[in-house]
Amino acid sequence: MMKLLIRHGLVVDPTQALEEPLDVLIEDGRIAALDADISTSDVRVIDATGCVVAPGFIDLHTHLREPGEEYKETIKTGAEAAAAGGFTSIAAMPNTHPVNDNAAVTRFIIEQAAEEAPVNVFPIGAITARSQGETLAEIGEMVQAGAVAISDDGRPVMNAQVMRRAMEYAKQLDIPVIDHCQDLNLSGDGVMHEGYFSTLLGLKGIPAVAEEVQVARDILLAELTGARVHLAHLSTAGSVELVRRAKRKGIPISCEVCPHHFTLTDEAVIGYDTNTKMYPPLRSQRDVDSLLDAIADGTIDAIATDHAPHHLDEKMLDYDQAPFGIVGLETAFGLAMTRLVDTGRIGLSRLIELLSSAPARILGLDRGTLRVGAVADVTIFDPQREWIVDVEQFRSKSRNSPFHGWKLKGIIKATIVGGEIVFEASDTSSETDSTE
Amino acid sequence: MNGEARATSQDTQKLTTLKRKDLLGIRELDVDEINLILDTAEVFKEISTREIKKVPTLRGKTIVNLFFEPSTRTRTSFEIAGKRLSADTINISVSTSSVVKGETLIDTARNLEAMVPDAIIIRHAVAGVPHQLARLVKTPVINAGDGAHEHPTQALLDALTIREHKGRLAGLKVAILGDIAHSRVARSNTFLLTKMGALVAVSGPQTLLPPGYDQLVDDGLIVTPRIEEALEDADVIMMLRIQLERQRESFFPSLKEYAVRFGLTRERLRLAKDDVIVMHPGPMNRGVEIASEVADGPYSLILDQVTNGVAVRMAVLYLLAGGSAAKLTPGESIQ
Repeated sequence: MMKLLIRHGLVVDPTQALEEPLDVLIEDGRIAALDADISTSDVRVIDATGCVVAPGFIDLHTHLREPGEEYKETIKTGAEAAAAGGFTSIAAMPNTHPVNDNAAVTRFIIEQAAEEAPVNVFPIGAITARSQGETLAEIGEMVQAGAVAISDDGRPVMNAQVMRRAMEYAKQLDIPVIDHCQDLNLSGDGVMHEGYFSTLLGLKGIPAVAEEVQVARDILLAELTGARVHLAHLSTAGSVELVRRAKRKGIPISCEVCPHHFTLTDEAVIGYDTNTKMYPPLRSQRDVDSLLDAIADGTIDAIATDHAPHHLDEKMLDYDQAPFGIVGLETAFGLAMTRLVDTGRIGLSRLIELLSSAPARILGLDRGTLRVGAVADVTIFDPQREWIVDVEQFRSKSRNSPFHGWKLKGIIKATIVGGEIVFEASDTSSETDSTE
Repeated sequence: MNGEARATSQDTQKLTTLKRKDLLGIRELDVDEINLILDTAEVFKEISTREIKKVPTLRGKTIVNLFFEPSTRTRTSFEIAGKRLSADTINISVSTSSVVKGETLIDTARNLEAMVPDAIIIRHAVAGVPHQLARLVKTPVINAGDGAHEHPTQALLDALTIREHKGRLAGLKVAILGDIAHSRVARSNTFLLTKMGALVAVSGPQTLLPPGYDQLVDDGLIVTPRIEEALEDADVIMMLRIQLERQRESFFPSLKEYAVRFGLTRERLRLAKDDVIVMHPGPMNRGVEIASEVADGPYSLILDQVTNGVAVRMAVLYLLAGGSAAKLTPGESIQ
């Protein structure tokens, strides 16, 4: 196998408290050495001058749409989008058609990914059969087949007793339960955050409390069962406050936030662009401020994309009929760099923790580190370079992003999975020179 | 920037055209534009009193009435308005067209553009559809009601009716009562009346007062669940229709209780000024939001609203699809 030497980059690895200029040698798909000046022969050299070399990003929350909705995304195109976005591993949510609620579907995803995906794909199994919230799916068999967590994302488990049983069952398998927190009665047929802007625009609201009551329930159930509970895409000030208090009590809870939720507010819905429709909805400025604080103080563990591809035809409907969700794999890093690091809210090390080491810890993956001997999943990015988001350039099959035309700072230069370069930026792409 | 520059030059010059391609809501309009529409409507109202109720102003123009939601009153009102201006009006309603749930807005827009219309009037149950459509077509789009968002021509006809009876809008207290949460009429009237200097008091059960309503405008707005507070010394009362399905959705316990606690009865009416006028966008639920003796009382202007609706819609069609108010002088024949 080819040897790879990444030279002159700034290595940032929170798992080793590293943030210094080092060369990285990759051999046989693993990190072979980290040193100030490595010289070796018969090696491909990547010049990372001016760039950051980090453990590969891991997305806890991707919708790949295959099997069943290949017109939106396939395992291959989703994984290619991930590679372009700096992700070396993605966790695939089970809400496909059919739902990933049995080992056959889990195996299909793993086999398909092994054949076609440039990055690692880790299936997440359903909590309940067909994600209908009633009876447990064959969780043990899915875990045996390779599922790394369970979730009924998009179809929240409303029955607290079913959720309790799922947590107890997951605990013995040592996998996390990932919950999409939404009380379906409180959210009703709302399509955006309930507040001033929903009243102004005449659209039905989804109150913050629709998320928060389920967050509170899950925290209580996590305390009762001792299971590892991970809360997906938290969006409200109340949710992060509940998690902050739970963590202080030592309850085994973790949570993620999506880039759009710390970047945009519900004001973006003015104009009725259906690319501003997602679940949870874009919240108020107060919520965004709380999320930013919680990212900085460690209450929020990870950044996840909730990459949710939808076809243009579906997003061209009216605001009520258009589906929830936006793509995120190719903008997540740029948004995080621009809104979190460039603004001085967090440092590079914390960013890498949010995108790589924390997701690895949450899913129990032996990744998210550049320790010698670890699998060589590496992301190289230029933190200073600016670029313009152009949905036409996306590797994803879908274009549903509210960030088209945005100028972001921080661009992925290369993505390496198991020692293989799976993505390398061409300098002719839509970058802009930072001096412009 | 453009708008501001124009606004300053208008201090000395009366506005003769609207500053926009479409009429999507009242919120975007300025006071001059509202006055322009109301003044133009007054000119057109006279036509409806003639023996031959027709002028050639929009001859050869095509107006599409695109109704995704059933509405006899508003659609008929727009249709009469178009016909009195000699335009060719085409009605497309959901039941008689291929416009089905799920057709993309781009397809709808392309089909419409192919008809080369001079104005598109659209009503839709979902907020924002007129705005989405307006971005896709070059033709002027007139919002005839979108979800719980806006119903600009209703607010304009209400304003015309109030102005005729009170001689002004500024300084009046207008109570808007009922299902505020789901009402586009409430929103459009709140924007219009506060812009024109009236005090608006909005009231209904707390469950039907949506969050942040009090922030919709900077001042001139009271939001209260106490109907008596809203009615006190009111010059105008606007009743909103209460949708019967709101009871099933637990917004209030029963129609009976609604009538008792929030209905406009003769007793409650006494809280308002002696010369109060009562308006309703129709159709009414007699005995629920409004008692029959109030609906049929001398202070009721419900039928005036229908007449003024045609005049306001003629004015809007004329200003967006036809031309400039400069060409209009009262009494003259309108070419």
